[in-house]
Amino acid sequence: MQIEIPASSAGPFAHARTSIQRTMALVMLALLPATLFGFWQFGWPAIFLFFATVGTALLAESACLKLAGKPQRLYLLDGSALLAGWLLAVSLPPWAPWWIGAIGAVIAVVVAKHVFGGLGQNLFNPAMVARVALLISFPLEMTSYVQPMPLFSADAPGFLQSVGISLGQPGFDAVSGATLLSHVRTELSQGMSLSEIIPGIAHLVSGAVGTIAGSMGETSALLILLGGLFLLAKRVITWHTPVAMIGSLAILATLMNLYDPEHYAGALYHIVSGATLLVAFFIATDPVTSPVSKMGQIIFGASCGILVYVIRTWAGYPEGVAFAILLMNACTPMIDHYIRPRVYGRDRRGTPIEYADNAEMRK
Amino acid sequence: MKLFKIRGGVHPHDNKHLAAGQAIEDLPMPALLHIPLQQHIGAPAKPAVRRGQQVAKGELLALSQGAISAPVHAPTSGRVMGVGSYPAHHASGLSVRTVTLKPDGEDRWSDEIQGVPDPFALAPEEIAARVAAAGIVGMGGATFPSAVKLNLRTRYRLHTLVINGAECEPYLTCDDRLMREHAEQVVDGVRIMAHALGVDRIIVAIENNKPEAQAAMALAASMDARIRIARLPTRYPMGSEKHLVQALTGRETPARGLTADIGVVVHNGATAFAVHEALRSGRPLVSRVVTVSGGAVSRPRNLRVPLGARVQDLLEHCGGFAEQPARLISGGPMMGQPLPSTRVPMVKGSNGVLALTTAEVARHEPMPCIRCATCVQACPCGLVPLDMAAHTRAGDLEGAVSLGLMDCIGCGSCAYVCPAHIPLVQYFNYAKGEMAARGRAKQKMTETKRLAEQRSARMEAIKQAKREAMAKRKREAAAKKAAETAAAETAAMTSGAAAEPPATTAEA
Repeated sequence: MQIEIPASSAGPFAHARTSIQRTMALVMLALLPATLFGFWQFGWPAIFLFFATVGTALLAESACLKLAGKPQRLYLLDGSALLAGWLLAVSLPPWAPWWIGAIGAVIAVVVAKHVFGGLGQNLFNPAMVARVALLISFPLEMTSYVQPMPLFSADAPGFLQSVGISLGQPGFDAVSGATLLSHVRTELSQGMSLSEIIPGIAHLVSGAVGTIAGSMGETSALLILLGGLFLLAKRVITWHTPVAMIGSLAILATLMNLYDPEHYAGALYHIVSGATLLVAFFIATDPVTSPVSKMGQIIFGASCGILVYVIRTWAGYPEGVAFAILLMNACTPMIDHYIRPRVYGRDRRGTPIEYADNAEMRK
Repeated sequence: MKLFKIRGGVHPHDNKHLAAGQAIEDLPMPALLHIPLQQHIGAPAKPAVRRGQQVAKGELLALSQGAISAPVHAPTSGRVMGVGSYPAHHASGLSVRTVTLKPDGEDRWSDEIQGVPDPFALAPEEIAARVAAAGIVGMGGATFPSAVKLNLRTRYRLHTLVINGAECEPYLTCDDRLMREHAEQVVDGVRIMAHALGVDRIIVAIENNKPEAQAAMALAASMDARIRIARLPTRYPMGSEKHLVQALTGRETPARGLTADIGVVVHNGATAFAVHEALRSGRPLVSRVVTVSGGAVSRPRNLRVPLGARVQDLLEHCGGFAEQPARLISGGPMMGQPLPSTRVPMVKGSNGVLALTTAEVARHEPMPCIRCATCVQACPCGLVPLDMAAHTRAGDLEGAVSLGLMDCIGCGSCAYVCPAHIPLVQYFNYAKGEMAARGRAKQKMTETKRLAEQRSARMEAIKQAKREAMAKRKREAAAKKAAETAAAETAAMTSGAAAEPPATTAEA
């Protein structure tokens, strides 16, 4: 049974200046610095990939809305498809061919979102579903990272060459490089010790600034952090999820690092490398797929952090963030079921609180 | 004084500047007054006047009926034009029993109106009785008969009287002006109520956006050491009774309980003023201060209004509409209700008439819920509005109830902040109404079943009685016959056939 309630019959007759569109726009604004930095670092191929991904996401959204009989204007402009495409794009290897982005966008919008019922109904974060699906289906393309070649620098490919790269034609002699995470992982598996692999903190600094190989919008930890702080300041997100996630990852990494510094990297390494910060601030905080209570968000975030560490350290993939998020997304309904705020005038179990004052008088 | 933290709440733009600077003005007496006989929660009052009757100001128009009710008095002197039905001060626009009064322009008080020289010499129950006779109800909007609350002393151990001067609804400034301009009278009413309740701790709570009212009340209360002024942070719904008490005492009222359970009684500042009037001058509640405001009103004001004046009379006095209003509201924009027309009369509980523009109402097309949990953070009751709405939408009202639907105070904080513009309050109002209807239907069904069972039992009893009567008659008839036969035989025997034994005996 569905209940239809007229939208005009009762209050409140005032409303905060918020809307879904505004929320989505603020998230995109927060992503902008890291994205532009990615464009500059990785040049035209990255820009093409971005537009292929975002454009396909919008087309797929439009098609799904048409099939579902929902109003195009209202829903296409809500910003959710645009944001899903954008988040996917920044998590892809910057020189991946255009069809990687397009297929990913279709998976994100059609499979991960509309199959579940559209905006607000999806169980898993669309961008992360697409990223994991691509990683498993196209492991070669999804792990081909290039060293940064800033736009208009001497080494960077020209516009036409970039079109070729985007179409997947070999020809341009790119310097491919491992990401910090995969480099460390490979070397560790060769029996090297961490002090030999990471000479000093130079790697970590370039990881923080973003002058290393990596995904299009993830390389600069500082710019991502800046966007995250902006979202916190604008109250689009609260501190609970990101602090819990980064905190649990940092604590676990520190403990293991103290236990055996030669085999387990420290907290800073885990925080600045890979997608840790992007996911902590932009993906784990996705309202649709994360718990609603503050305590639930802390549990969710902390579990994500632990899973990220476990997958990165002992499982088969160098980067565990997307897997961690999807696993925890699946737990969200259960967390929401068991973790609820305490209701006013009741104890945690829901029984009305009782005071001595008038207890006997009430009977 | 030290304040305690309450959870949730929102910061709506208060828009108090529109009317806060306007001193209270008397509304010129309208040509006709329409005085509804139900201006309070509880049983409607019973008319005590006839058509054509001349009444003085303050004279009884209708008597209270039952434990929770309040009488209604004439707001001015004049002639009763009739007791009929007239549109209620309610969103439904349905009619209620209303006395129509034609003012004679003299505004002459009844001769019977007499105050008490020293209310503090009266017994507490005597004060409550006078408050009841004056028809005073909670003037913050809930309109619960005040005398009932003043009598709580008999059933609860009370220690604190809280005067709610928070006025947390945007736009409304009538309590602010009343406390600024009539602080002494309000404080006097407060002290009388404290006497009636037998408490020696009094807290007057006023939000920080009303510094003048705080200062005026502090000055007026300086002669009574029991009274403390609490300066509340400006935040909605600070004026919610249970949350106000929590902010002041740090204690929560048990679910489904009253603040009296934790020893506190809350009254509105305007109610205190009415109590002062009723005790000192003997005047019943026949007028109140109302804020007329909103972007669509030409000159927002605070008016002292005779009950029964139409919304239209108020708006005309404020210069009419500056622009076409998108919505006409009684009360504040958060919990007020829409008014169907400007014809409806003012009642004891109406503290505001707002004419809001389209921009102020800011109504958008609802979008799907994105589970952003802004509503969860805003809810002062610790509920999860998005889940309650989802259950209601799916028709699972029991599910909504198990999530705390009945603990929802309907403050609208959730709907105010919802970025998807989902009308959450309407979902909950619908669900609460439906649950109440189901409760009634269930009760009715049980009652019907009980009656049917009683009836069949009764029918059975009648049948049984009939059978027994029949059997009895048969037995009696048989006995009679036997007796007759026996008598006849005896007669026969005595008449000479003594040698011959009776046939029956022989057969036996």
